[in-house]
Amino acid sequence: MTIERADIEKLAELARIEINEATIAETTQSIADVLALVDQLQAADTEGVEPMAHPTDAIQRLRADEVTEINHREEFQAIAPATEAGLYLVPKVID
Amino acid sequence: MNDSIMHNKTIAEIIAGLEAGEFTSVEITQHYLKRIKQLDRKYNSYITVNETSALAQAEAADQRRAKGNAPAFCGVPIAHKDIFCTNGIRTSCGSKMLDNFVPPYDATVVENFANAGAVVLGKTNMDEFAMGSSNETSFYGPVKNPWNINTVPGGSSGGSAAAIAAHLAPGATATDTGGSIRQPAALCGITGLKPTYGRVSRWGMIAFASSLDQGGPMARTAEDCALMLNVMASFDPKDSTSIDREVPDYTTNLNQSLNGLKIGIPREYFEEGLNPGTEQAVKNALAELEKQGATLVSISLPHTKLAVPAYYVIAPAEASANLSRFDGVRYGHRCEDPKDLRDMYMRTRAEGFGEEVKRRILVGAYCLSAGYYDAYYRKAQQVRRLIKQDFVDAFEKVDVIMGPTSPSPAFEFGSKGDDPVAMYLEDIYTIATNLAGLPGMSAPCGFVDNKPVGLQIIGNYFDESRMLNVAHQFQLATDWHKRSPEGLELEEAK
Repeated sequence: MTIERADIEKLAELARIEINEATIAETTQSIADVLALVDQLQAADTEGVEPMAHPTDAIQRLRADEVTEINHREEFQAIAPATEAGLYLVPKVID
Repeated sequence: MNDSIMHNKTIAEIIAGLEAGEFTSVEITQHYLKRIKQLDRKYNSYITVNETSALAQAEAADQRRAKGNAPAFCGVPIAHKDIFCTNGIRTSCGSKMLDNFVPPYDATVVENFANAGAVVLGKTNMDEFAMGSSNETSFYGPVKNPWNINTVPGGSSGGSAAAIAAHLAPGATATDTGGSIRQPAALCGITGLKPTYGRVSRWGMIAFASSLDQGGPMARTAEDCALMLNVMASFDPKDSTSIDREVPDYTTNLNQSLNGLKIGIPREYFEEGLNPGTEQAVKNALAELEKQGATLVSISLPHTKLAVPAYYVIAPAEASANLSRFDGVRYGHRCEDPKDLRDMYMRTRAEGFGEEVKRRILVGAYCLSAGYYDAYYRKAQQVRRLIKQDFVDAFEKVDVIMGPTSPSPAFEFGSKGDDPVAMYLEDIYTIATNLAGLPGMSAPCGFVDNKPVGLQIIGNYFDESRMLNVAHQFQLATDWHKRSPEGLELEEAK
């Protein structure tokens, strides 16, 4: 499996992380190294093995449909980068 | 009370001293705060010191005790890894992204310690978002290993480990996703335990890889870890993966004899790549346990070599999902003057995350992206079951499994810095237990060139009591856990 600059650019877009032009070659190389490590998995015989998502195969619990949390809007908004009238502000999305 | 020895007390001794009225919580808290102020310039084990509210908590604890209703940790000073949210105290997770983040609530673990009367000295340094094995990825600079300040303390809970080794806290909380409690415990010569997955609540603990993350205690002795785990472990309805199972008193079995104990020795943990000095120290420890009546049984964990590759699919994949919440909208860092929403996300995340975190997010995005899911994520989840089955088979024959915690003692700063894969192999003996969800611990068992070595003890599911029993019996017969590095005295005390 080879990984190229264009792949990294696509991943950066998917992950919403701007990649610095000066370090992209280095980033590509280090990710290629990690993928070479994980490629060792391909040699494992996993025929018929059920994938394991949880160490003890636990399932999600259900709970009673009751209100357990009170409103914390003021406290949560106090630590936000930008808010107004109880709303979170982001750059304009629609002109 | 002679000040100079207060910081040499274990948690058990501190509790006894407070009960007997030998010293107050305010006295011991002030003593620790003074030590942190003077000595931590050298180690950088704390990110935030909780000076004002620690003293208020200590005063409240002393008053509670005077009234005769002291809970288990009443007035005992501890530190929290900076991954646990603390109401009103900055919680950075070692990242620029959360440099300004002051949570409006406590993690369940923090709440449990508060209910038990503990005093919070501060928040300990760590690899950024718990991604690292050397503490070099922290935004706040690396932690220095108190045994040799040119070497790393291990990671990611390197701050908690170094603070305990330097006697800047008698115990601290920590987390372990692939070895982040056990490896720094080994490198700093202290004791640490990663419980069974689901035993300690993850609520309010900043998520890295949710199916692997588990909080646990770090202290100088197994007895202290048992006391801390009594407080930390709980069923928490707020954590959907928390296990609803009674929490035993982990101190009950500490004094049981090891006569008849069957210890599994995995062949794969003693193969190439293991430092000969580390190997010798571990073998000496096993011989000591044999002397106490334990039997060594050679076992095989045939899928050991696949643990690191499987982990580096599963952990980055889960991290890429978990860390998508850091987008500059609700809390944490936001870039200056974003020109649109996309620009805000892209630059906020580029500026807020360090190199290792970005690398893992990108690897995770790759493994989860269209066309690669089956080849990577599904395959890794299948291998994960094979790894678990290795342990299930082994525990049919043995009570505990033992080996080295890490392949070699503490290494020098920068020595693995530009090779992520070399760093990842540091966790070769610890990662498999996270994948299987099993409990694991590390206890000091010797030195190589004056650098501590850790003995790893892996237990069956929910068998923490037995692991603590084994470590405690080992510590009754040895003094490795009592050794301290040089240079821990305050200037005026010299």
